[in-house]
Amino acid sequence: MAVCIAVIAKENYPLYIRSIPAEHELKFHYTVHTSLDVVDEKVSAMGKALVDQRELYLGLLYPTEDYKVYGYVTNSKVKFVMVVDSSNTALRDNEIRSMFRKLHNSYTDVMCNPFYNPGDRIHSRAFDNMVTSMMVQVC
Amino acid sequence: MEQGPAAAAGTAGAVGAAASASAPAAAAAAAAGSSLSGASAGYCPVPLPLSDSEQQCYSELFARCCCASATSSSSSSSSSSSSSSFVHPQPPSEVGRGAPIPGPAVTAGASQVGDLFRASQLPAETLHQITELCGAKRVGYFGPTQFYVALKLIAAAQSGLPVRIESIKCELPLPRFMALKNDSEIRYSNPADLHGLKCQIPYVTMEKNSFKRMDDGEKQQETMSPTMSPISSPPSSPSNYQRVPLTYGYGKLRSGMDQMHAAPYEARQVALQQEGPTAGSHGSKPPRLQASLIRSLSVEREPQESNNNYPDDPWRITEEQREYYINQFKSLQPDLSSFISGSLAKNFFTKSKLTIPELSYIWELSDVDCDGALTLPEFCAAFHLIVARKNGYPLPESLPQTLQPDYLQTAFLKPKRDCALFDSYSESSMTVNQQPRDLNRIEKTSMKEKAELTAPAQEANIDDKQALKISSVDEAMPKDLSVDPATPKDLNTLRARPRSRSYSNTSLEEAMKRVEEPPTPPPRPQKSHSRASSLDLNKVFQANAPAAKPGLLPPPPALPPRPFVSQTEQVSEIELHPQLTRTPSQTEESGSPVKKDLPHTQPPSKPIRRKFRPENQVMENQEPSVSGTSSVPTSKPHAPVQKQSSKQKKAIQTAIRKNKEANAVLARLNSELQQQLKEVHQERIALENQLEQLRPVTVL
Repeated sequence: MAVCIAVIAKENYPLYIRSIPAEHELKFHYTVHTSLDVVDEKVSAMGKALVDQRELYLGLLYPTEDYKVYGYVTNSKVKFVMVVDSSNTALRDNEIRSMFRKLHNSYTDVMCNPFYNPGDRIHSRAFDNMVTSMMVQVC
Repeated sequence: MEQGPAAAAGTAGAVGAAASASAPAAAAAAAAGSSLSGASAGYCPVPLPLSDSEQQCYSELFARCCCASATSSSSSSSSSSSSSSFVHPQPPSEVGRGAPIPGPAVTAGASQVGDLFRASQLPAETLHQITELCGAKRVGYFGPTQFYVALKLIAAAQSGLPVRIESIKCELPLPRFMALKNDSEIRYSNPADLHGLKCQIPYVTMEKNSFKRMDDGEKQQETMSPTMSPISSPPSSPSNYQRVPLTYGYGKLRSGMDQMHAAPYEARQVALQQEGPTAGSHGSKPPRLQASLIRSLSVEREPQESNNNYPDDPWRITEEQREYYINQFKSLQPDLSSFISGSLAKNFFTKSKLTIPELSYIWELSDVDCDGALTLPEFCAAFHLIVARKNGYPLPESLPQTLQPDYLQTAFLKPKRDCALFDSYSESSMTVNQQPRDLNRIEKTSMKEKAELTAPAQEANIDDKQALKISSVDEAMPKDLSVDPATPKDLNTLRARPRSRSYSNTSLEEAMKRVEEPPTPPPRPQKSHSRASSLDLNKVFQANAPAAKPGLLPPPPALPPRPFVSQTEQVSEIELHPQLTRTPSQTEESGSPVKKDLPHTQPPSKPIRRKFRPENQVMENQEPSVSGTSSVPTSKPHAPVQKQSSKQKKAIQTAIRKNKEANAVLARLNSELQQQLKEVHQERIALENQLEQLRPVTVL
């Protein structure tokens, strides 16, 4: 499961970021931040040709020795970044895709809340619960 | 307010009297009356022996009542509370009094006194007697003496002694009052099970009232102050928190009391009695009181469950609340089966002065389908959560079952649902032009008559959302129907229409089917009955006389193509004829010979029918097919029964369609004629003007 999940706004600031092992939180923040460059690179590579058909799921952004980073961009340029543990080899691409889909659905539910101003940090409990369900259970 | 010290000051004594108080109370009523009359002379016939502790307690309480009344705002109660059997010392001290009663001596504020007395948890009758006995009623206010006597009597009553003047002569424990505070810290010392309810107690109506008031006048009263109580809760408001009967505190709404009188009091006192023996130090009195209160509340539940109120459950919406919510919904959105948009709801709920995160969370809980809009049940759930939150209830982790939209819809929207559905159905059908409406009506009658599915299908309705969809679908369907004359599928679609309420998708699909079906030519109905059509009628009536609907005639299935008509007027006129001839023929279920005569009278109108052909190109496709089918019946008027029944159905449907079309045509004709009439009028006016202009010339 994911080790860190982040939702980045269009202006590249985090709307929501959460990581499981608390001690490495800073490291994950940094990782997510650097992955944004990769995201932009992928988006710009794809976007020029067919903006409409651009797939939302970006796939593996870059692997490190400890973990892999996956990306997903919505049509409103909101990015979801997920960091998963490299040791967790059982995770397949489909599962990552489904996790992003769930993230996206939860995000739209948050958006539907009229009390949520786009651009605010996400404090929705439903969203938190969903993310928690996706996070790896560190024993 | 006064509660804390009052409760603290009191010693732990016997718990409030129980049924014994009520029984003697009833018996003592007459006695009290007599004693009161006897005592009328001096107000207090008996010198009050007060022990030191009593003196101290009473004076504190009295001071509290006075201060509280001084500080209390206009609330006091009680337009509604005045009706309560509880006692308010008389007119001067009544409603609308914002200031303490400036009697000859210092007097206690009526509202505070009332609250305090109610906090004693004695039955209303007992309190009433006490008030009478102490003389407050007589003198019209609660002076110190009256107040002290009243307190003594309360103590007596709580001890189980009859409410009489004589009772106060003996040594009594201090009267016990359910001390409620708005700061719930005191309560937190209690066991966890109490936590949920107890802290709410004080807030209950305050917030509710404040919220309501806010709704009414958009004034926000963040009153957590106990004296707040009163708030003249708007009569229609669910201020009667049946489900939170608790607050016997100073903050309690008087109106809420009205419902709790007899049984709850007794039950409560029974519970209190049980608690009494187990009572510990008086320091724990407030907790104990609360525990007793909770227990009593649970006991109270039983008598109240018949009302469908589960007072234990703060998440259950009572009738008054429901009606209040529905009224608020209507103020935002008149159509009860429609949505409130997110922005509307946001503005509305923001008035509640809850924090945005809390409102956001409440929205998250209540907007189950996450569509950014609130249906009526979702709105009621959200409103209820807001009210509960304002009253101090912590928000639940997930939406309680009693606030789920399906639960709410079935539970309390059922009586309205059918009406809403019918309304929506009829509205939707009415909103569209007349033709579809007629079609609907005819269809409805036909369906009732033949399918007999309308009633059971409508009863099967469940969701308001479905109703909404249905209404929208219904709106779509009539339009479609107006475009598509009946076809063989129409029977199924007609039958399915009542069922469509449950299956909006299917109805939509059927509507789509209708659109796709090639429409029969509009003129057909008015047009002359072709031999085929008349024969169809014959066949229809012969085959299925009992099933034939009165007034609803199987239309001629199809007419052979006719030449176009040039003039609309001629067309319309001629159409009128066939229409007229047709209707009488249709109405009578005569035998074939009569029907067969029609075609002979119809031929002149046949050419006219053509005119509409260009308008309904698609219909042409159907005409040959229909004419084909019609030819068959002509050759075999007595075809096998099965064919006849199916064809009959088709015929009926086509008849319906054709009638619709005929109506449309006539309407158009009417409008055209009207226009011509106007033009002619104008010409006439112009001519007259000219005439007048010319006349003087000639005269001259």
